[in-house]
Amino acid sequence: MTEGPRVAVLDYKMSNLRSAVKALELLGARVSVAECPAKADGADAVLLPGVGHFDEAMRRLRDGGLDGVVTGAAASGVPVLGICLGMQLLLDSSEEAPGVPGLGLIPGAVRRLGTDRKIPQIGWNPVEWRPGSPLGTLEGPERRTYYFVHSYAARPDDPADVAGTADYGGPFVAAVARGAVAGVQFHPEKSSRAGLALLGRWLSAVADGAAHTTETPR
Amino acid sequence: MIRVIPCLDVNRGRVVKGVNFVDLRDAGDPVELASTYDREGADELVFLDITASHEGRGTIVDLARRTAEQVFIPFTIGGGIRSDDDMYAVLEAGADKVAVNSAALRDPGLVERCAARFGSQCVVVAIDAKAVEGGEGWEVFLNGGRVPAGRDAVEWAAEAAQRGAGEILLTSMDRDGTKDGFDTALLATVSRRVGVPVIASGGAGTLEHFAAAVTDGHADAVLAASVFHDGVYSVAQVKDAMAAGGVAVRPIDDEELRI
Repeated sequence: MTEGPRVAVLDYKMSNLRSAVKALELLGARVSVAECPAKADGADAVLLPGVGHFDEAMRRLRDGGLDGVVTGAAASGVPVLGICLGMQLLLDSSEEAPGVPGLGLIPGAVRRLGTDRKIPQIGWNPVEWRPGSPLGTLEGPERRTYYFVHSYAARPDDPADVAGTADYGGPFVAAVARGAVAGVQFHPEKSSRAGLALLGRWLSAVADGAAHTTETPR
Repeated sequence: MIRVIPCLDVNRGRVVKGVNFVDLRDAGDPVELASTYDREGADELVFLDITASHEGRGTIVDLARRTAEQVFIPFTIGGGIRSDDDMYAVLEAGADKVAVNSAALRDPGLVERCAARFGSQCVVVAIDAKAVEGGEGWEVFLNGGRVPAGRDAVEWAAEAAQRGAGEILLTSMDRDGTKDGFDTALLATVSRRVGVPVIASGGAGTLEHFAAAVTDGHADAVLAASVFHDGVYSVAQVKDAMAAGGVAVRPIDDEELRI
């Protein structure tokens, strides 16, 4: 592979994208920051970041037509990675915004963290990856401890969609994956080498898939 | 896991202390120093802008931008943040959090407005506290600890959290610079009172002090400046000592990233 995969990073003005974009570029991706659907055309993968409120995020995604970019990518098997709130948006709904539909790519809901500890969880936490998860690693905790900032967490209906879990005064879902759609509750772009390694694994999977697609006769 | 946070003092975009690292190409470059701390296992960084002049202040926004592009751990910018717009400028540049101190005391509504606009997780309220002489409790000081604010530190911490602060950065003025250890009584009192994480600051001198801030002071994170900058201890030594003291810390990955 001479050129890295083309990744559309969706910009709906809910978070600063600088670190995520630079991390992907450092790992060899060609990044297009997409404020509108046209800028995501032809991307090999879609990154959905996000910090803030579920309701506001869904409204902005819909207003800009970017919700269709994510669902369209998922429908055609283009890999999608949601980060933090971007992961939560992949589900059907959230306790943070009752009645507001999510993107509905991972069946289930988002619920407030069930814990007797301080909320939001702000800090580092090791993730137990499900064996075989393409995003995950079964290496030691120094290779799979990531930075979290959140008050809510995903609860997929199907346990098979849970790619990784962590514990914060009780277990919670740290990563989801269903086909080419994946999400992580933590911030890989803020998780030092462990986070960069995860993004690297995702880009490798994207590159493999992209190569596969071009080899397949249409 | 308890976070270990080196704090870097920055003046006009240059690190004021912290030149005791070997192998730095430019010891005064805060981004290079930040990158070094990341490699050493720091969980987070705080940049404290001590630039006095107004014209020098644009440098902190540039610092936030360059750090976000090159250092992949969370970082906070503090010092001289006076308004919602100051806060927006550094967050927009890529800072994860902003610390407000005097401005929040003068205008507590600033905490509420910024929490509503950017989210509580971005808003750190920094409190400089000093034991009341001949009395009980701790009082808040303004302007780097020179001017008493006429407020009880524990009450102010509680109010700040209630107004939307996501974290409290609690500095003991009595201990700052003494190397006598963190003020664990102050930390424990504030930590019991607020429902948000408390960052211990001021007084780190020995390796044992860091675990004590957590076991006795119930801190959620420990911050230090001079012990790291002067090369007294590395982040790894501090983390090893904390782990030995029964405190959970993020294990350090000391192998180079293979990309």
